[in-house]
Amino acid sequence: MGPDLWLLYRQMLRSRRFEEAVTDLWQKGRISGEMHLGIGEEAIAAGIVAHLQDGDAMALDHRGTPPLVMRGVDLSLILREFLGCADGICCGMGGHMHLFSREHLTASSGIVGSAGPIAAGFALAAQHLRPGNIAVAFFGDGAMNQGMLLESFNLAVAWKLPVLFVCKDNEWAIVTRSQHVTGGNLLERARSFGMPALEIDGADVEAVWNAAKQGVDRARKNNGPTFLLARCIRPEGHFLGYLPLRRSLESMIGMVGPIMHSLPARKGASPGERIASLGSITSLIGRTLTEKYSKRRDPIHHVRQRLRGEKARLNEIEKEVEKEIQQAVERALS
Amino acid sequence: MKTMGFADAIDDALAQAMVDDSRVVVFGEDVHGLRTGLFVRFGEKRVRPAPISEAAFVGAAVGAAMAGLRPVVEVMMVDFIGVAVDALLNHAAKVEAFSGGKWKVPMVVRAPCGGGYGDGGQHEQSLWGWLAHIPGLTVVVPSNPADAGGLMLSAIEHEGPVVYLEHKLLASNMLDFLGSGGRKTVQYDVPAEGTCGSVPDGWMPIPLGKAAILHEGKDITLVSVAVGVHRCLEASAILKKKRISAGVLDLRTVSPLDKEALCQAVSRSGRLLVVDEDYRDFGLSGELAAVVLEAGIPMRYGRVCTEETIPYCREFEHQILPSTGRIVDAAIKLMDR
Repeated sequence: MGPDLWLLYRQMLRSRRFEEAVTDLWQKGRISGEMHLGIGEEAIAAGIVAHLQDGDAMALDHRGTPPLVMRGVDLSLILREFLGCADGICCGMGGHMHLFSREHLTASSGIVGSAGPIAAGFALAAQHLRPGNIAVAFFGDGAMNQGMLLESFNLAVAWKLPVLFVCKDNEWAIVTRSQHVTGGNLLERARSFGMPALEIDGADVEAVWNAAKQGVDRARKNNGPTFLLARCIRPEGHFLGYLPLRRSLESMIGMVGPIMHSLPARKGASPGERIASLGSITSLIGRTLTEKYSKRRDPIHHVRQRLRGEKARLNEIEKEVEKEIQQAVERALS
Repeated sequence: MKTMGFADAIDDALAQAMVDDSRVVVFGEDVHGLRTGLFVRFGEKRVRPAPISEAAFVGAAVGAAMAGLRPVVEVMMVDFIGVAVDALLNHAAKVEAFSGGKWKVPMVVRAPCGGGYGDGGQHEQSLWGWLAHIPGLTVVVPSNPADAGGLMLSAIEHEGPVVYLEHKLLASNMLDFLGSGGRKTVQYDVPAEGTCGSVPDGWMPIPLGKAAILHEGKDITLVSVAVGVHRCLEASAILKKKRISAGVLDLRTVSPLDKEALCQAVSRSGRLLVVDEDYRDFGLSGELAAVVLEAGIPMRYGRVCTEETIPYCREFEHQILPSTGRIVDAAIKLMDR
């Protein structure tokens, strides 16, 4: 049996609208510090979380809002946390990068790659205490160069742990292009540990759901871990307020100033090397802007196209989601 | 003399060192984006973005330093040094001792540190005392642009491993990158004299292990590093109105510690108040008490430190980080005793 696309669409839309509300509050200064959104990753989260049952665990990275929203955590509690309230889901102690829900067996961390070992531990506990339950680790392609993550792949294979390793690959490692700092091929790398590795279009929620089903079934039957490589694009870049996306004169000066100052500075690299550096920076900015404005491979648009025949039903879901998010925001701010 | 920002001063001194010595190379996470000026001026071979592999690239800095380079390796935040601790604890800090002093590791680990902008307890730690606990590591924590540049030069020239910590409330580019993100809607308690100030026309090294007396005081000595220094200066001004003469000592380097300057100041005032944004227990604040007592100097002692995991919530965060108010209260309490 295939996925219920309507349900998945609703989940993805909930996450998107929620994070749009978060963006608004962050811009208004109501939320402090960094803000890493999962906009663009909704199909990956939805296609995987749909398979989870009571007793399954999740280890999230610093971009963990979508899986939490879809797992059924109270939205206003998440928002209260972001607002720094003592009655937030982590009592105002964690914030968006350090979200925990014990009842959902879900933990997050801002240390890149740390979801791997934690998920392996969750899976080990499941093996002992909750046979048939599994753990999911969500991380980005940047984390694929972190030793602890690769070590946890080996651990999970060696101990046949019920883990689904989910790499959300947007081809960036913070603000560095992954290909410039990564050797080989990620799929082959995962396979070399002795686990099945599947590559999927992370904008296609049905593809994610189908691949996740294989991995989840395998884990539930105690056959060990699976690796999913889901390609995606995040239009907001690494985090909100990323310099090239600010659209202000001040930020332009902030970016161009050091370059203009350094380009002609006496002593240093050859003109050729300086031009090459300038070229790399220009290309990074270009890529960032393309991903922001091209609207290419938007997962929400992708699934909506599949469902567009039933306009009335789409409208109904969209209205319900708008209302849910609006009420959650109102509750959180009241 | 000219005026320069804290982060610019570090980069400027680093650029001077790179011009003077072709063995100085920079690598780390996103250095092309964070150090754009250096990346453009010195090219990718000498300013090289690294994968998110702290254990590997900090470890590689140890090897590179042993084999002739003078790496300045950047970790995005000191909190992330946790991933690379083995390279520092068991390698960088040990090589000189293990080789009978014949082989040294001239490397600098540069990392932003500190809180006060609501990023949570895994992204706002200080950890200088924790790192200074390890024999063989030098730990530098400047509080103003002039010291930041001069100490960077010394760190690079030093023959052993140096952890160089730049507080994010002082380094305005880091605060913009990680805190405000270009927003005008958020405010931080940024000490103006720390973020921007006069610097020399050409950088000269400032010796490691030399504290600076910023303010003489006969009743009590306030000792701190980084942002804490500025909170102490504010507190000292408030205490003055209460007829308490509070001196301020900026350690500048946590290890080696300027025991002489510390002991001299405390022996004059008879009271020591340590202001430490790092964790209170088993750290710098206790160490300073031990140094003074071991020297046989009688004193009254207090400390204002971070005592627990730093909360995300700005209000709670403000309560637990050393603030001017907490320093004033603690100083008055010490005077009463």
